[in-house]
Amino acid sequence: MTRSATAAAAPPEEPGAPGPGAAPGGPSRAARVLRYLGGRLLTAVVSLVAVMVTSFFLFRILPGDPVRAMTEGREVSVAQLEELRRQFGLDKPLWQQFTDYCLGLLRFDFGTSYQYRVPVAELIAERIGPTVLLAGTGTLVAALLGLVLGTRAAWRRGSAGDRATTAVALTLWSVPSFWLGLLLIVVLASGAGWLPGLFPTSGMSTPGVQGGFASAADVAHHMVLPVATMVAVVYAQYLLIMRSSVLDEMGADYLTTARAKGLRDALVLRRHAVPNALLPTVTLIFLNLGRVMGGVILIETVFAWPGLGSLFYSGLRVPDLPLVQALFVLFASAVIVMNLLADLVYPLLDPRVRT
Amino acid sequence: MSAPAAPSRRALLWARRRAAWGEFARTYAQNRAGLFGLAALAAAALTALCAPLFIDSAELAVTGGPGGRFEAPSGEFWLGTDAFGRSVLAMVVWGARISLTVGFLAAFVSVALGTVIGILAGHFGGWSSNVLMRVTDWFLVLPSLVVAVALAAVMERSTLTIIIAIGVTAWPATARVVRAQTLSVEARPFIERARALGGGHLHVMKRHVLPNVMPVVLAQTTLLVAEAIVMESTLSFLGLGDPSTISWGGILQEARNAGAISSGIWWYMVPPGLAIALVALSFTLCGRALEGVFNPRLRERR
Repeated sequence: MTRSATAAAAPPEEPGAPGPGAAPGGPSRAARVLRYLGGRLLTAVVSLVAVMVTSFFLFRILPGDPVRAMTEGREVSVAQLEELRRQFGLDKPLWQQFTDYCLGLLRFDFGTSYQYRVPVAELIAERIGPTVLLAGTGTLVAALLGLVLGTRAAWRRGSAGDRATTAVALTLWSVPSFWLGLLLIVVLASGAGWLPGLFPTSGMSTPGVQGGFASAADVAHHMVLPVATMVAVVYAQYLLIMRSSVLDEMGADYLTTARAKGLRDALVLRRHAVPNALLPTVTLIFLNLGRVMGGVILIETVFAWPGLGSLFYSGLRVPDLPLVQALFVLFASAVIVMNLLADLVYPLLDPRVRT
Repeated sequence: MSAPAAPSRRALLWARRRAAWGEFARTYAQNRAGLFGLAALAAAALTALCAPLFIDSAELAVTGGPGGRFEAPSGEFWLGTDAFGRSVLAMVVWGARISLTVGFLAAFVSVALGTVIGILAGHFGGWSSNVLMRVTDWFLVLPSLVVAVALAAVMERSTLTIIIAIGVTAWPATARVVRAQTLSVEARPFIERARALGGGHLHVMKRHVLPNVMPVVLAQTTLLVAEAIVMESTLSFLGLGDPSTISWGGILQEARNAGAISSGIWWYMVPPGLAIALVALSFTLCGRALEGVFNPRLRERR
């Protein structure tokens, strides 16, 4: 393990501990680490399998006949319906559909979308970029904002600034994200009253715009409102966690020591309190990263952002079984993988849990 | 054995309860945000309960709107009218009934589930607890909004569906918290005493563990109601709610479908959202205040 880097990140806890590797329990520690890793991996794999099975059976109960939905509005003969059923494998018994689905998943073959008549994998590949862009930017901004504001609030706890920051965060947290999005559209995009429409109401790009820089700027322009909505609703939890974990560290002896050395307040905060307080927050960011994927559905729906969320929502209506199944598995596995990463990263960051 | 003048067991119990309650109220009252939340909730609940007294439900039917289409706020309709000429104010007040009911019931379902599973997992260690916690973890991993949307889409459109969808997706967090608390309670000597006196599993869980995890559960419930109300509005907004009832999310969905967003009819969409935010915020504030009361470490820090 990259022990030296870890030791530098969290200095104060084991100052007198013998050097890494010198401990008598060396080999058993390695065994423990392996055991830990193995356990986590196994859990993740079991969860993944469970998600795949759930996904298949959950959506089979959806009301509506997919074949009917596919031919909506057109006169079709019984023979044509049968042909479609055969084509999509819907005439086979359920268990056979299930095995086909499982084998397909192993090969990253999610079947063909009923709605768009193209392989689901292709659809996902096309839509995943915008979602990752939106979710990634939103998470990054929210995490930074939460960390900075949370630290400041904790450092000056009880002050008017602290109370105001916490109050604003809690209020924004209680607001439904889709409503905030709609409100932003009304105020900043539709051009209500004297305000001109500053931002586009929906979509990700303007059709005519070409050229590297111009189109990047165009996408960024379209992203402002969705990202703002996401950040406003999400940053509160980072802020609250960061605030309380900085507060937790405030009473620690090593901070008194740092002050006694004559370090300036800002330095004590930056070099000593923040690195230690970061641990729980970083874990939370990882855990939320997967969850954010699901939350993005709403924001994408409101802003007509061409991502996976709006794809999932449109798929539910048909019901476009292969598409919805694949997206469900994808969303859930994103959370599982992020959880796994958080589990694996945490011991690296915090020597206290490594034993 | 006891002195003859000693008060009866029941009286003693009541005196103790009164003292505990007084202490609780005093500590809670120190949290101003918590008081604000409580007052706002009381007002909202009262409004929801009294709504039928001053609103004629016939005027809330799509065909029975008393006003014109999209009337701006005026003396008669304080918050204007919607696409069917119904008073937005009346709709929002009426919507409080469904939104609060769903919020409470969904939170209750998930907290009940979470508490039972948490206590069981904490009380019986070993493999059964392991299995329960694995299941919990697995539910915790599923993206709750996606599952709730899927469940709501799979079942028929009704308020009950929404309650189930929220209840089923929200319980794992409670189970984790309750299990942790159960473990810490079970390590205390009085549990050993109860066991030594012949108390069975059920007795220990019901008479000793449950009362001691109750504070945590209460705080958790309050926080969950806020989440459930936002979730309810989300599902209704996505068109998965019961179309025949009026809820805050449902009003927002209608507003969006009626084009209120692009034509700037703010009075149609601002009030329901504000109502959701206010009620959810109040529950969150109350929950945090309760946590502060029950967990002195948190209180000190404030």
